[in-house]
Amino acid sequence: MSGRLEARGLGVRIDGARILDGVDLDVAPGELVALVGPNGAGKSTLLAALAGDLEPTEGTVTLDGRGLRAYRARELARVRGVLLQQQRLAFGFRAREVVAMGRAPWHGTDAEDRDAEVVAAATSRTDVAHLVDRLFPTLSGGEQARVSFARVLAQEPRLLLLDEPTAALDLQHQEGVLAVARAEAADGAAVVVVLHDLSLAAAYADRVCVLADGRVRAVGTPREVLRADLLGDVYRHPVDVVEHGGHLVVIPVRSPRASPRTSTVTESEEDPCPAV
Amino acid sequence: MTTLTPPTAGRSGDRSGGSGQDGPTSGAGTPGGRPRAVARALVSRVGLLGGLLLLLLGAGLASAAVGQFPIPPSEVLGSVLHRLGLDLGPLPTHPQAENSLWNVRFPRVVMTAVVGAALATAGALMQGVFGNPLAEPSVVGVSAGAAVAAAAVIVFSLDFLGPWTIAACAFAGGLVTTLLVYVMARDNGRTEVVTLVLTGIAINAVANAGLAFLLFLADTSSREEIVFWTLGSFNGSRWAEVQVALPIAAVGVGLSLLLARQLDLLALGDRAARHVGVDVERLRLVCIGLVALLTAVGVAFCGVIAFVGLVVPHLIRLVAGPGHRLLVPASALAGAALLVLADLWARTAITSADLPIGMLTSLIGGPFFFWLLRRARRTAGGWA
Repeated sequence: MSGRLEARGLGVRIDGARILDGVDLDVAPGELVALVGPNGAGKSTLLAALAGDLEPTEGTVTLDGRGLRAYRARELARVRGVLLQQQRLAFGFRAREVVAMGRAPWHGTDAEDRDAEVVAAATSRTDVAHLVDRLFPTLSGGEQARVSFARVLAQEPRLLLLDEPTAALDLQHQEGVLAVARAEAADGAAVVVVLHDLSLAAAYADRVCVLADGRVRAVGTPREVLRADLLGDVYRHPVDVVEHGGHLVVIPVRSPRASPRTSTVTESEEDPCPAV
Repeated sequence: MTTLTPPTAGRSGDRSGGSGQDGPTSGAGTPGGRPRAVARALVSRVGLLGGLLLLLLGAGLASAAVGQFPIPPSEVLGSVLHRLGLDLGPLPTHPQAENSLWNVRFPRVVMTAVVGAALATAGALMQGVFGNPLAEPSVVGVSAGAAVAAAAVIVFSLDFLGPWTIAACAFAGGLVTTLLVYVMARDNGRTEVVTLVLTGIAINAVANAGLAFLLFLADTSSREEIVFWTLGSFNGSRWAEVQVALPIAAVGVGLSLLLARQLDLLALGDRAARHVGVDVERLRLVCIGLVALLTAVGVAFCGVIAFVGLVVPHLIRLVAGPGHRLLVPASALAGAALLVLADLWARTAITSADLPIGMLTSLIGGPFFFWLLRRARRTAGGWA
């Protein structure tokens, strides 16, 4: 099981509306592909189709040459892990138990012997080892996201599909989570990450796939794809792309009036309750 | 401590099994701590189940000792042991004691325990499937649906399956209503509290209309039978009924135990549960069948006994957490013990009267349900 994912001519219609149209995407083992695009471009729908949650109206998705529908749920769970945007938990399980749920596909196999070890490694890699005895519903959104990421890692998938894993995270953990995703790719996994932050995509992705209106607008290395003209067109907002420390940085062009006065900013950072 | 553990270090540590440079720390922390934690978890697990089993046996003994004439618990125990071929303890001295114990009291106690276990397990299962601690067979109308079918058997004197007829029809009625609730209350992969409760109101209303119609059709004697039976009572339980109820309940609880691990995963929501390898649709259909089966066991022989499946799993969750591997067996034992005690109370609260137990459980369960509902509103983020 290597985790090679191929989508061909994917089309998804929901209630007659075309959400995806003719999407081709290959993800090879060892590579991290970032899916970017404006709201409503179809990123999450594409991820759901790649995960096998959604039966595409047209086209096929194959994993290691087999259609997703040909896999049984448990078999698929040993190969691909998915991190959803929103974390839900119906009952008050502890974070440790939630991470251990990622081991479920391996229950009854030889790999079960490594459960404790794998769970411990996953919690330390996502920096949640200190949270494992807390009740999951009492954690903050960012902590829940990291615990859920640990659950996906505990699954030891060869294909990782991450839907906006950085959305609820602070700066440190955004970098941390993508570094772990990067390391998974270096270790031979195929990784697809939906991202909103184009600079993060530029820094961590091998390839970037730009979706717009349900179609692939461009796909290639960050340098090929993250161009000011293309992004400005796709996002309908002018951007600057600059180089900083060897990586591309994408900055939206802002009118001077939109920015707050600098003095106010420094003041309010010092004082949590500034005098009005 | 700046960022997450460097990925490469985490990986290599994981591969070398902690023998690298971080060996000493992880070696000191885990091998000593983990087996002890596992042992502690095992002890608390066995302790809880053992304690509940003792409670159930004690409750059964107490319940069998009390009746028209008291039989000392030592004599009750002696009678049981002698039947088991052990020549231990005193035999009952009262001339009617043996007869009363084995033909009246024991069948009733066993039936109560069986139904208590079945109803509590049904509640735990239903809550797991709906991902909602307010789901319960009587609240959402499954009990009422089973009751309509069973009442029809009484009114029309149906007898196509012998002693199994009522149970089979109650099961069919329960199955239809559970499926209805499932289809109507679920939206987009989750069940909201409001939708579930309102669905329950709608289904209960229709079921009660059906019951009223059957009462209208029935002759006086069936009418009386139905009325007493909708109140819920274990009065007049016989071994013949236990012989039908016990195997059904045992199969239902046994299968529920097998599903426990998957029910835990279902708490993640449908999509995430599928991502960790649960065949969600199949699991849900099996669970719905089991809920209908377990509810039907109770309804078919003892009428509608509400809220057992709500109160018991909730109390167990408070003590032992939400993991179904402990929740399901503990709920079964606690449900059995609780209902045996409630039945004892129903028989003794008023001298020479046998109160309907369904009335008592609703008297306690109703306010409890309200309290849970209030709490659900406060913590709305979870599942309101």
